[in-house]
Amino acid sequence: MRIALFVTCLGDALFPDVGKATVMLLERLGHEVVFPDRQTCCGQMHVNTGYQHEALPLVRHHVEVFEPYDVVVAPSGSCVGSVRHQHAMVARRHGEERLAARAEGVGARTYELSELLVDVLGVEDVGAFFPHRVTYHPTCHSLRMLRVGDKPLRLLRNVRGIDLVELPDADQCCGFGGTFAVKNADTSTAMLADKMRNVLDTRAEVATAGDASCLMQIGGGLSRLRAGTRTLHLAEILASTEEVVA
Amino acid sequence: MSGIFLGMPVHAPRGVGALRGAEPFPVAARTALANTQLRRNLGHATATIRAKRAAVVSELDDWEELRRAGEAIKTATMTRLDEHLEQLERAFTARGGTVHWARDANEANEVVTRLVQATGEREVVKVKSMATQEIGLNEALEAVGIAAYETDLAELIVQLGHDTPSHILVPAIHRNRSEIREIFLREMAGVDPMLTDEPRMLAMAARAHLRRKFLSAKVGISGANFAVAQTGTLVVLESEGNGRMCLTLPQTLITVMGIEKLVPTWTDLEVFLQLLPRSSTGERMNPYTSTWAGRHEGDGPRDVHLVLVDNGRTATLADEIGRQVLNCIKCSACMNVCPVYERTGGHAYGSVYPGPIGAVLSPQLTGIEDNASLPYASTLCGACFDACPVRIDIPSVLVHLRAKHVEQQREDHRLPSAEALSMAAASWVMSTSTRFSAAEKASRIGRLLGARRGRITMLPPPFSGWSASRDVPLPPRESFREWWAGRGGATS
Repeated sequence: MRIALFVTCLGDALFPDVGKATVMLLERLGHEVVFPDRQTCCGQMHVNTGYQHEALPLVRHHVEVFEPYDVVVAPSGSCVGSVRHQHAMVARRHGEERLAARAEGVGARTYELSELLVDVLGVEDVGAFFPHRVTYHPTCHSLRMLRVGDKPLRLLRNVRGIDLVELPDADQCCGFGGTFAVKNADTSTAMLADKMRNVLDTRAEVATAGDASCLMQIGGGLSRLRAGTRTLHLAEILASTEEVVA
Repeated sequence: MSGIFLGMPVHAPRGVGALRGAEPFPVAARTALANTQLRRNLGHATATIRAKRAAVVSELDDWEELRRAGEAIKTATMTRLDEHLEQLERAFTARGGTVHWARDANEANEVVTRLVQATGEREVVKVKSMATQEIGLNEALEAVGIAAYETDLAELIVQLGHDTPSHILVPAIHRNRSEIREIFLREMAGVDPMLTDEPRMLAMAARAHLRRKFLSAKVGISGANFAVAQTGTLVVLESEGNGRMCLTLPQTLITVMGIEKLVPTWTDLEVFLQLLPRSSTGERMNPYTSTWAGRHEGDGPRDVHLVLVDNGRTATLADEIGRQVLNCIKCSACMNVCPVYERTGGHAYGSVYPGPIGAVLSPQLTGIEDNASLPYASTLCGACFDACPVRIDIPSVLVHLRAKHVEQQREDHRLPSAEALSMAAASWVMSTSTRFSAAEKASRIGRLLGARRGRITMLPPPFSGWSASRDVPLPPRESFREWWAGRGGATS
């Protein structure tokens, strides 16, 4: 299958390994990956901070870039949530009904990584190898906006060598919330403290999730504490093999 | 109701009631977060209620259908709210009651004060009520020398502690039993000095204290969970029976109710009597459901009044996205599942309506400029939407109110804020990949910040809030798009 990669602005600028892992994984499974290089950002930060007027050009740009593709994947539940649930809303708020309809079309063809693998490509065992103790944090937008359910866990359970441990209070938010982490830094940190306590209680070496943004929050806290637990995106674990371990 | 156009709907006025906090949310939250006793009390209480609710909700196969029914009934009711309200007035009046209309908190307080003064009484007993707290009724009565006694156990704890409620359903959720014992010993006249913090002993002390009030009070004041327009019936749900004492023992009963609380028929009420107890206390059925319509000779209060309060509700109804918030049945399920509320507690929201529902209700009642920090007091995690028994899409309303706030700021200020400038700049940069790619290269300067440690530990304001507790990843040597170009990958 020919799959267009929406790598997300955060993935492009700060976490290129997540995009690379997504490419490696999909190519290993025999698919062709295209990176439409005019892509930028879905505009979620603008929308969620109240700047829908400023988000409109980003929505239009995103729709124009990805409209030609039948299947689009992004290694982020949050950005897919924005494309699927917010783009049409932003267009409609500005009276752009035609753009809204086009955005809905792109949204319906855009998948979060675990959705693409399990629902579209019909694969749960991606042939990965990752010999480490891992705990999985289901991010809020993948859980409650996209309803990915246990798809990421089904993929992880099939990874050879993995020691997958359940995260207590897993469905509790990590406290990131985009600009919330800065505007309400204290509350965000209090939520992070509880998330880190739960992660550390599992004695996992690696905490994983489907969103680089939430991992930046959890990883930023763990790194500050020299906690000895690192964060890796789900794509990086699934891309890992006996030859190339993440 | 008059058919004459009375002008634009008004917001809840300043200077009265409890819809506005003294500090913005992030500042008030900082104080709350530092209170370790509060964190422990809240964490324990919300986790307990969450588990109870989850258990009773999972018993019902048709819970999702019930939620959809609740949503549909409320939404349909709101589209014809004026007609239903007039029907309620006719039915309630026909049964011997009197209906009063109050445009805002001040008018409502004036009506109730006048009614109490007409009885010549100096004391009233109160059933737990959000509407009377919203309008600051106790303070208004106190100003003219009338003492209002709260009879709900938790409200009594709050009142005796000279405190404010921090939760809709469990107003003293921020207190534990040893704190309650101290409040009783300090404030409750004639309490046994040997009082222990055993819950049963605390309840017994409160019962003895309240029984005296019930037997002497001539005026009762209540709120209402629902009003059935068809028959003019008011409905109160409670757990203690204290409410029923207030509703039946006094000679005069005054009910203060927001205009959004009605349902058209008894058939509609049936849906909410299933949704509310499971969502709020985690019970299959609440212990006491009291209903009354007008006056009954020789039984209960002889003089029965209903004060219908707007106080910003019509203004809220005018907002196509925001109006769904008026569907709220005040169950408080959203605050029990909210990760922000669980850590900050209710006082940080500054309003009698805390938590996720407060963050979307208070700014709409007061006008967004008076509660501008509340729509941002959420990570948009969506737990509230999942728990809401009438499916209010709180995250979407939060996002909408943030946009409304920014749009209003744009109109009010000629000079854009630093945030507005950076958002506009980010939009400009991200509208083309050429500019975005240039910005990525520029951000590599950030590598210098962390060159020695391999991570960035300090950022300038406004991002210093992030780096105070979290490291920042070093910008990579190569962006994804550079890697892809170097690899010669397909770009279309």
